[in-house]
Amino acid sequence: MHLKLLIKNGHVIDPANKIDGVMDILVEGEKISKIGFGLDVKAETVIDAAGKIVVPGIVDMHVHLREPGREDKETIFSGTKAAAKGGVTSVLVMPNTLPSLDSVGVIKTLNDIIKKTANVGVFICGAITIGRAGKELADISALKKEGIIAISDDGGSVDSDELMLKAFKEAKREKVLVICHSEDKSLSGKGLVNRGFTSTRLGLRGISKESEYKRVARDIKLAEEIGASVHIAHVSTGESVEIIRKGKLKGVKVTSETAPHYFTLNEEDLLDYNTSMKVNPPLRTKDDVLAIREGLKDGTIDVIASDHAPHTENEKEIEFEHAEFGSIGLETELAVSVTELIGKGLLTWSELVKKISLNPARILDINKGTLGSGKDADITIVSPDKEWVVNKVGFVSKSKNSAFIGKKLKGVVEYAIYKGKVIYKA
Amino acid sequence: MTKKKTAKWVHKDLLGLEYLSREDIELLLDTAESFREILGRKIKKVPALRGKTVVNLFYEPSTRTRVSFEVAAKRLSADVINIAVESSSVRKGETLNDTGKNIEALKADIIVVRHNCSGAATMLARNVNVSVINAGDGWHEHPTQALLDMFTLRKKTGKLEGLNVSIAGDIAHSRVARSNIWGLTKFGAKVTVCAPKILIPPGIERMGVKVTDNIDEALREADAINILRMQFERDDMKAFPSQLEYFKSFGITEERLKKAKKDIIVMHPGPINRGVEISSEVADGGNSVILEQVTNGIAVRMAVLFWVSQVKDKGTSIP
Repeated sequence: MHLKLLIKNGHVIDPANKIDGVMDILVEGEKISKIGFGLDVKAETVIDAAGKIVVPGIVDMHVHLREPGREDKETIFSGTKAAAKGGVTSVLVMPNTLPSLDSVGVIKTLNDIIKKTANVGVFICGAITIGRAGKELADISALKKEGIIAISDDGGSVDSDELMLKAFKEAKREKVLVICHSEDKSLSGKGLVNRGFTSTRLGLRGISKESEYKRVARDIKLAEEIGASVHIAHVSTGESVEIIRKGKLKGVKVTSETAPHYFTLNEEDLLDYNTSMKVNPPLRTKDDVLAIREGLKDGTIDVIASDHAPHTENEKEIEFEHAEFGSIGLETELAVSVTELIGKGLLTWSELVKKISLNPARILDINKGTLGSGKDADITIVSPDKEWVVNKVGFVSKSKNSAFIGKKLKGVVEYAIYKGKVIYKA
Repeated sequence: MTKKKTAKWVHKDLLGLEYLSREDIELLLDTAESFREILGRKIKKVPALRGKTVVNLFYEPSTRTRVSFEVAAKRLSADVINIAVESSSVRKGETLNDTGKNIEALKADIIVVRHNCSGAATMLARNVNVSVINAGDGWHEHPTQALLDMFTLRKKTGKLEGLNVSIAGDIAHSRVARSNIWGLTKFGAKVTVCAPKILIPPGIERMGVKVTDNIDEALREADAINILRMQFERDDMKAFPSQLEYFKSFGITEERLKKAKKDIIVMHPGPINRGVEISSEVADGGNSVILEQVTNGIAVRMAVLFWVSQVKDKGTSIP
């Protein structure tokens, strides 16, 4: 006999089943057993969700949880705690750990850690090349057997076209997704912020937009040649959006994601050298922000992912030039999206749920992102209009380097439920 | 001192001219006038900063600026401590913030900081309560240099408004250029920057300047030319033609000056490379105010030290 959990009177939004209205959800054990009006069931736990939004748990397909190797920044345990607080019930961890997620041994170790310490679903993205060095392909078929569902050299890009073609071939055969951090390092070099008036004003080396969009174009072209799927990570420029749009029109199997900071912040937010806003790719211009928003609206950008990139204070509270790239995002991504996209009328709740839950689940081909009966009971309950101010001391993540500190946001996660268990309660 | 002015100084720090108003700058320049006069006296000292401690925290080798700040502080009767830190980008050990907090704990009143990283002074100012004066941060700003350039120009010409000022040299990597541009344009001076195309940083027109890569064009209408030091020792200058080549195409020579206004003011923040960006004849010639700039630098820095020390509320003055 499974324990029952009943969520009453919440506004349920489940685009996969075209549900958008006040309903009850019954959870039995780890699964959703029933969705309907006025369910009259006795349950061990009842959550009154009146006035709240009930959505499929967020699937964040781009996070860095730093384990193994940099447990001072984040661990599977702390990162998935942070995820729960952000309403995120599934994450895809990137392979730029120490060592990289490029061998059977390290994946086995990681799987073990996940089994013992994870608070939400953790899926693994393996490396494309050994040591993410861009020289030699990792044994993707062996990694797949250990359970990886995607490959990426995230943090860098594979420069060699030949090697990348091989990777796409391999990925297609093994049915894993290729996720591209599209950056031509020969163009971005030692750059720190978007190249242009702002880099000049700040006296910092620039990172040109070309360094991203030329590589996006290449990655899409190579995927097309092989007929493989390709997912473009953290899109930051208007040009990239346009290139992806054209790729989709042409029928290439390309999907893409952006992070909350790319549709919210722009390069001018860096004028006081705030290192929490030092991210890669860099914050771009106001026009790029508009183009990203347009891409989200018209579906060119399928997914919002946090690119949660924790760093210690020692690595961030230093000279801008020496500070690490990256911002944490698991605990703010939903609220930033609610505030900026729903609040400004760009997306409806149903459309947002697609970007944060349904689409990433479909792209990764995992059994998540919807509330249908028989599905995993991964559920997030949100107070949509409740306001809060992002505060450094409030973070559950081990690291505090958020680009959104001090921002007033709308949308508070009240409950996160993972496989039928309440893992977070506000 | 500046009784006719009603402007009030409110800044705890001096981080850059971008963040000052025209009135702020005017107040500094007017104050510097008074201090400049003191420098001509037999007893060159006033008690304005008696009992205060100024720490020169220099992460980059600098003689001119450091000595100038030291002299300025001493003329104001402050105690001065010089700290020179080995400059290396990968230097381990105490962070800038920790060093700043330690200096603060030693009860210093003003930190004058020179650093090879853009934004270093801004970061320091955010993390300490004492006043921070930026003595040059990376390629970002060198506000007291620009103030002394403006002071020198104003003294020579009477006003900055409408003045044609050209800045020639490595604009891309120059904090002096940036501070001069922010300062001069606030006064309605017409600024032209001149450099080989690869040394023009992107979007600089948006700072309100004209751009040219032709030195004769930059000289033609100029009331003043500010010549920047070429740093051929920089790593990314390796791709650049030789020093001789630069001198041929951009060097300021008597020959070139003949085509400029007769009384064109020749400035240089120093140290000068004779035969690279400027010929010896021009550096030592009648149009040159290079040494005057050095003297004026003391007066300007006295003014800056004086005003930041007057701010009682040490809240941040970051924009």
